[in-house]
Amino acid sequence: MNLASVTVTKSFRRHSSFRKSSSLAILLLLSVSSALFLGSNASATEAEAAPTKLYGTITDKDGIALPNIGISVTGPEEFTKNVETDAQGNWEVEILTKGSFNLTINQDDLPEGQSLTDPTKATIRANVFSLGNDLRLLFPIGPGIAKASMLERSAQLALDGLILGLVIGLAALGLNLIFGTTGLTNFAHGEILTMGGLLIYYLSAVLKFPVLVAAPIGVLLGAFISGFLQDRYLWKPLRKRGTGLIAMLVVSIGLAIFLRYFFLFLFGGDTRQLPQYAGQAGLEFGLLSITPKSILTTSIGIILIILATLWLLKTRMGKASRAVSDNPALASASGIDVQKVIRAVWVLGAALATYAGVIITINQGVSFLMGQDMLLLIFAAVTLGGLGTANGALVGSLIIGLFVQLSTLFIPTELKYVGALIILIIILIIRPQGILGKKERIG
Amino acid sequence: MDFLFITQQTLSATIGVNTIIFALAAIGLNMHFGYTGLLNFGQAGFLAIGAYSVAVPVVSFGIPLWIAFLIGIFNSIIFALLLGIPTLRLRADYLAIVTIAAAEIVRQIARSATFNEWLGGSDGITGKFGKEFFDLNPFKSGLDTPILRFNANDLWVVIVGWSLVAVITFVMWIMVNSPWGRLMRAIREDEDAVRSLGKNVYLYKMQSLIIGGVIGSIGGFVYALSRQSVQPDNYGTALTFFAYTVLILGGAARVFSPVVGAMIFWFLIVFIEQILRQGVSNNLIPDWLIGVNQVGQIRFMLMGLGLMALMIFRPQGIFGDKKELALDAKA
Amino acid sequence: MQKPKSADVDFASTTSPTPGSAKSDPILVADKIVRQFGGLTAVNVDHLEIQRGSITALIGPNGAGKTTFFNLLTGYDSPNSGTWSFNGRELNGIPPHKVARLGMVRTFQLTKALYRLTVIENMALGARNQKGESVLRSVFPWIWRAQEAEIRARAIEILRKFKLLEKQDDFAAALSGGQRKLLEMARALMVEPEMIMLDEPMAGVNPALKQSLLEHIKELRTEGKTVLFVEHDMDMVHEISDWVIVMAQGAVIAEGTPASVMGNEEVIAAYLGAHHNDDLSASQEGA
Repeated sequence: MNLASVTVTKSFRRHSSFRKSSSLAILLLLSVSSALFLGSNASATEAEAAPTKLYGTITDKDGIALPNIGISVTGPEEFTKNVETDAQGNWEVEILTKGSFNLTINQDDLPEGQSLTDPTKATIRANVFSLGNDLRLLFPIGPGIAKASMLERSAQLALDGLILGLVIGLAALGLNLIFGTTGLTNFAHGEILTMGGLLIYYLSAVLKFPVLVAAPIGVLLGAFISGFLQDRYLWKPLRKRGTGLIAMLVVSIGLAIFLRYFFLFLFGGDTRQLPQYAGQAGLEFGLLSITPKSILTTSIGIILIILATLWLLKTRMGKASRAVSDNPALASASGIDVQKVIRAVWVLGAALATYAGVIITINQGVSFLMGQDMLLLIFAAVTLGGLGTANGALVGSLIIGLFVQLSTLFIPTELKYVGALIILIIILIIRPQGILGKKERIG
Repeated sequence: MDFLFITQQTLSATIGVNTIIFALAAIGLNMHFGYTGLLNFGQAGFLAIGAYSVAVPVVSFGIPLWIAFLIGIFNSIIFALLLGIPTLRLRADYLAIVTIAAAEIVRQIARSATFNEWLGGSDGITGKFGKEFFDLNPFKSGLDTPILRFNANDLWVVIVGWSLVAVITFVMWIMVNSPWGRLMRAIREDEDAVRSLGKNVYLYKMQSLIIGGVIGSIGGFVYALSRQSVQPDNYGTALTFFAYTVLILGGAARVFSPVVGAMIFWFLIVFIEQILRQGVSNNLIPDWLIGVNQVGQIRFMLMGLGLMALMIFRPQGIFGDKKELALDAKA
Repeated sequence: MQKPKSADVDFASTTSPTPGSAKSDPILVADKIVRQFGGLTAVNVDHLEIQRGSITALIGPNGAGKTTFFNLLTGYDSPNSGTWSFNGRELNGIPPHKVARLGMVRTFQLTKALYRLTVIENMALGARNQKGESVLRSVFPWIWRAQEAEIRARAIEILRKFKLLEKQDDFAAALSGGQRKLLEMARALMVEPEMIMLDEPMAGVNPALKQSLLEHIKELRTEGKTVLFVEHDMDMVHEISDWVIVMAQGAVIAEGTPASVMGNEEVIAAYLGAHHNDDLSASQEGA
């Protein structure tokens, strides 16, 4: 695909009633954001809410309680408290203010033969956004990383890698579809994930919807805002003007920067976790450990990908989108409403990416940097798989996910993204069209 | 609202250290993108390499500063070769992705705990590695006038920095108006046509990449020396994107445009920031809307919006010729 | 540059009009060139020789593989198999810029005038061995100024011949389609090639300009250059070519003088049924 702009051959007439309902939607969006503004900036002198506790249970790997283990807690306004686990291994701390709390376990108190699975993670950070939500926290005790065999570690890492690959794949599918139909390399795609995470955080932690309700609402909102509205009010007008592809790429960069700092402005810099299901214990399946929430979110993710693939292959709209990817002028000449197809692709892509953000948030948490961190991996996956190929994005995502996680067997964890990026560069040298791409004249 | 203070801060910033750094970064990008059409999204990597090359040899190994500069230029050439050799044969957007990835790799390694000993980890390196440079400073006191204010060290950096910018701009002007410059512009238009005339396009693209990269690294020198500190997170993708903003603002493919673009950019940024800060502290802007700590974030938000508006409404920048539109890939 | 051994018309009468026939003094020889795209064979040329110092036309219906063949010969594409040589020098795997330096210069079917350069800059670009193009020497203008002036003078002469002189300071983008074609040909001449390969040089050029273009091409022959061109305009082909090669479906189906080729049954059959807007002037009597 060359870098010529996609010419628009049809304009799309909208009924005035539809116009009204999109304005309504925008009003809704604005009021939601203002509510967030006010919420996040409210000073600490709000009425004292019910006391909140941070609590947990410390057991060894087999579930036997470990009593008399010391935990020291520090928090905002010089809050300090030391607690100990009781005979059942339970501990709790009452806190009266919002903010970030650090809880450090006293490793010397642990009996012989028991230690943290990761001795470097002796301190847990808990973010309390609103009072009234008790937070359960986990100090995993186990045989320790060094003692786990290479095989055990590889298996677990491979599983983690596949799950990461799935998350990347959800986002990469959308990016690829958008690139295929419009030629736009969307540098703001990562922010769709962040938006998804923040939406579900707001719905779940602030508005207190149960996660199972908040997630679908979040995805629908995300599909609407990041997909429908973004195409309607930004990209379609630009396409109509005939803006070139490099110009649009730079516009997407500006949008990414704006959104990232907007999120920072609204939510602050900390990683936020969902209060519900926090600190869920993993279920053991032989060599592997996986939390129930991870199983659920991942399964839904797989279903979504299957549905999306079916949409692409079987539905009229899906086939039309592939036609537009191949040759927009020809597709338009044969009667396909190219703008409608592009709109559908944006909504679908945004829905998938929003859900990816939701998965990450449910399992780990969300911060304003989530999009930026993921974006490079998503690009790597799409390039690796072959820009523009339907299955390439998925294949590339799984490979990148596996590589990122498995590489920690050999290189320090903090450098695992570096490994993925190096793989990307190497693949581009050896096989520039990607794994599934067709060899065309690349240079 | 203390308008005198605002004026002093804004004007000082317009010709200040940050402007010099961004001007150099953008001059390098002008060579890459403005004149040769190379989509280098890893310029921050070149600045990082320049900055660390100044700090690490001096602080960890006691090497004289002047040798460290040479090491920096050498490293930057190597980085350009590493980037260019595999990718200059590929399509433009592949170069973009590889350069972003490469710059990220540089930053991740620089901030990693693994290399903490040499590179300072996420805290970076702080130290008096610029001592030899500042020893040459003839100014014992700074400049303190109502409209401009610099301390002694900054004044020295500003004087040397602008001289450097002037020399580099002058040399670039000669090169761009020479047959070599013409060849670069031709490559930007159509590589196949240039090959049909017997020119080795690959070699020339590599030269452009190296030259623009070295200029970027010199920007890194200034960045590190001016603060006597190197922080890895300052050299992220945002730096590259703002360098592009500067370039586009001035109008790519004009020799002066990076300089003017940088000045306008920092003028606007500091001006808006000062207005916001004073507005917040004088309660002209309500506390619930913008907290004092959030002024910096608003600044970045505006920069993002500004870049978008620039590309949408005036992609040729201040000085660009609409005919010679470097960035609208319509033709 | 080697002088052609035979006069232009003589070789036509002494060469056999069969596909792949040997020429008395070939400048370009190609053997078993095959290029496939997936299942489609775009080019399958068994043997071909181009006579030095001649004007040879390469004709054939759309999709015959002519431009692909051009791309293969000049290094812009690699064949699946086959060898070819220019002045005895094998060209397999030689990149396009080196092929041009060896003396074989081509133009493009979709004109590649460099839009944001002026006409005179386009021209000056074509000159070879420019000191000013070296990165180090470019910084010292006194090294290259004199040569640059010579190059400009040469460019102006060629522009004058092509009637583009008053446009010299305009951006190439401001020229009409036909003028850009002329510019591309003029620019190719700046390279001082031995063999010049023109891909549809007449397309979009107005009739008055066409005549002068034909004269320019004949002049090239007088100067000892070899010309190979792809065309659909049969009148032009008839008027100036010494030799005609016909391609269809990737293979050479006929060779000969313009007259003999136009009457060739296979050639007529290859063209019938294909979409074409040229004039098959001499052929239809026997059909």
